[in-house]
Amino acid sequence: MHSEQRSSPIRNGQRFCFAALLLLLACPVTLRAQEGFHTETSTGVSNVRIAVADFKAASSDPQTDTLKRTFDTTLFADLGNAGIFDIVSKSLLPQTTPGTPADIKVQDWAVAPTSAAMVAFGNFGVQAGKITCNGFLFDAKNVQYPQVLAKQYNEDASDDSARQIAHRFADEIIFRLSGGSQGIAESKIYYVKITGADKEIWEMDYDGANQRPLTHLGTVSLSPRISPDSSRLAFASLGHDGFQIRMFSLVLNRMVNFTGTGGTNITPAWAPNGKDIAYSSSRSGDPEIWVSDANGALARRITSFRGPDVSPVYNPRTGSQIAWISGRTGLPQLYIMDTDGSAIQRMTDGGYATSVSWSPNGQFLAFAWDRKYGPGAPGGQDIYIMEIASKRWIQLTHDGGRCDFPSWSPDGRHIVYANTADGKASHMKIMTMLADGTQKRALTGPGADMPNWSWK
Amino acid sequence: MSARQSRISKTLALATTFVALAMVTGCHKKASGVDPNALGPAPAPAAAAPTATITADPVAIDQGQSVVLNWRSQNASAVSIDGIGDVNLNGTQTVSPSNSTNFHLVAKGDGGVTEANVRVTVRVPVAPTAPPTVAADMGSEAAFHQNVQDIFFDYDSYDLRPDASTSVTQAASYLAAHPSIKVIIGGYCDDRGSAEYNLALGENRANSARAALVSAGVSANRLRVISYGKEKQFCTDETESCWQQNRRAQFSLDR
Repeated sequence: MHSEQRSSPIRNGQRFCFAALLLLLACPVTLRAQEGFHTETSTGVSNVRIAVADFKAASSDPQTDTLKRTFDTTLFADLGNAGIFDIVSKSLLPQTTPGTPADIKVQDWAVAPTSAAMVAFGNFGVQAGKITCNGFLFDAKNVQYPQVLAKQYNEDASDDSARQIAHRFADEIIFRLSGGSQGIAESKIYYVKITGADKEIWEMDYDGANQRPLTHLGTVSLSPRISPDSSRLAFASLGHDGFQIRMFSLVLNRMVNFTGTGGTNITPAWAPNGKDIAYSSSRSGDPEIWVSDANGALARRITSFRGPDVSPVYNPRTGSQIAWISGRTGLPQLYIMDTDGSAIQRMTDGGYATSVSWSPNGQFLAFAWDRKYGPGAPGGQDIYIMEIASKRWIQLTHDGGRCDFPSWSPDGRHIVYANTADGKASHMKIMTMLADGTQKRALTGPGADMPNWSWK
Repeated sequence: MSARQSRISKTLALATTFVALAMVTGCHKKASGVDPNALGPAPAPAAAAPTATITADPVAIDQGQSVVLNWRSQNASAVSIDGIGDVNLNGTQTVSPSNSTNFHLVAKGDGGVTEANVRVTVRVPVAPTAPPTVAADMGSEAAFHQNVQDIFFDYDSYDLRPDASTSVTQAASYLAAHPSIKVIIGGYCDDRGSAEYNLALGENRANSARAALVSAGVSANRLRVISYGKEKQFCTDETESCWQQNRRAQFSLDR
């Protein structure tokens, strides 16, 4: 929009030039940095139109119907959530329910009104306490060799495994059709569950299903951060000496050691090599960014300015940079630096910026920003993403109440975040959206905060 | 030395004039030149009234210390001090009263009776304060909160405001008087802004309060800092007065 305004006056003479200049000056500065870069969500080809048939029941076991319904619902939702498909409404599908490649006539799926480019179908049965599921992906336009994908799954019969099978099949489809990016249907989200006066760390599937507690510490635990290999969870917990970094092993299903120090120690962040942890520590009197190994040893200080330094996050692509939040000039701002503390760059130009998350491809920062922060200011705290190279940003949430703690999905197409419509902390719930701000939906009810998406 | 000299001079005064005149120094010659006239005819003119003074050095002592009383009289034949009894007409005495005492001197002479007073104040180590410091080592909770008052901060700031300096001074003197007290300094923020950043800001607030107490003379190892960020709130309304309540460094007894 603005590039048009800037170039047109050159062609259209001085009078127009003056008018355009006035228009430019009248435009709020806030508009300048927007538009014009692509997130993962908006790159690549236009969305593939895919038809997702309900699977055919392959047994008469009484469990079949319930588990198949779970599977069908989950698969449909996963492909919809992926953000790369144009999903054909189920009401537009052909009346037949193909269960095997022999059952399907792909031509019927390619014509209007279905007009699908791809068809996912298969059969699902329960026998002797085991699920047997065959899933297929066919190219509707290729009559001669339509098969793209065929998968078979055998699992114990339970609602959870029906859901996991759907996630795995969905991820296979997404991997094939997205140009090689891994699906996220098997990923997990770690978050803070508000239970009365306490806060415990919980885990859930990426779609909000299967919510379950991990810690039972009976205190306030914050800022869960899952290790790159999903084996350990670092977080901060309030104890006798204030907040300290704690470590939970998902392999052993119990707390493991993280060597404590003096001061307040919060907001851990894993290096992509899984060996280093950056966090905010006030052991020297002022909260600074420190890096130690994953057991808390070999700690070294990275920042050295008076004022709060907090919420570090590694560049997950290179591991050689850290983005973090610093109050060294007053209100908290977003900065990046190299992991040795050099090459510091301030990224935000004002307001109140917090809670940064670095995109998996290393190009973007997602963060919470209140651009008109101040007593009596009308500003709201929303989720923004910024392209690091150009420092241009776009706003992803609008007028939905206070938003905080964005966290990128492993495929860089989604962002999970916390939102409270009325601003009350107890009403905080976890939402997800595509990284272009569309397809917002809630994953939890009120009382959930600080989501952190697993690395894979 | 001076006591001996005065004793000598007293002896001389009571001795015969001859001995006094035999002394060669001018000073004594002059004094004794007066004395024979005064002493010699003293019994004869009965009209002269006695005079007396009494001083104490020092006039205020701590319990167990001593004080030197010094009295002088003229035209007196008998001098007595209450609590000591009859004493010489002029003299000094070291006394060690156990509590504040009025030393009352009465000088009787042929010309009448005169009195003089000096009060010696004895500072008794304050008995009432001793039992509390022993019994309640850390002082009462109420006394602590009355004397060590929370410090409040401006919005998004961890610098001490001018109004905090009186709180700090008062707190430091209370802590100096109660050396066994250890203190937890909690850092708190209002519920606007982000939880993680507020934890760091709360840490800075508590550390500002800690630094102020340390520079006011409180030993750093008596102070423990914990930031609660916005995880614990004193008040939950969305009003400025409520937010102000939450932006504080809170002092509490570290038991």
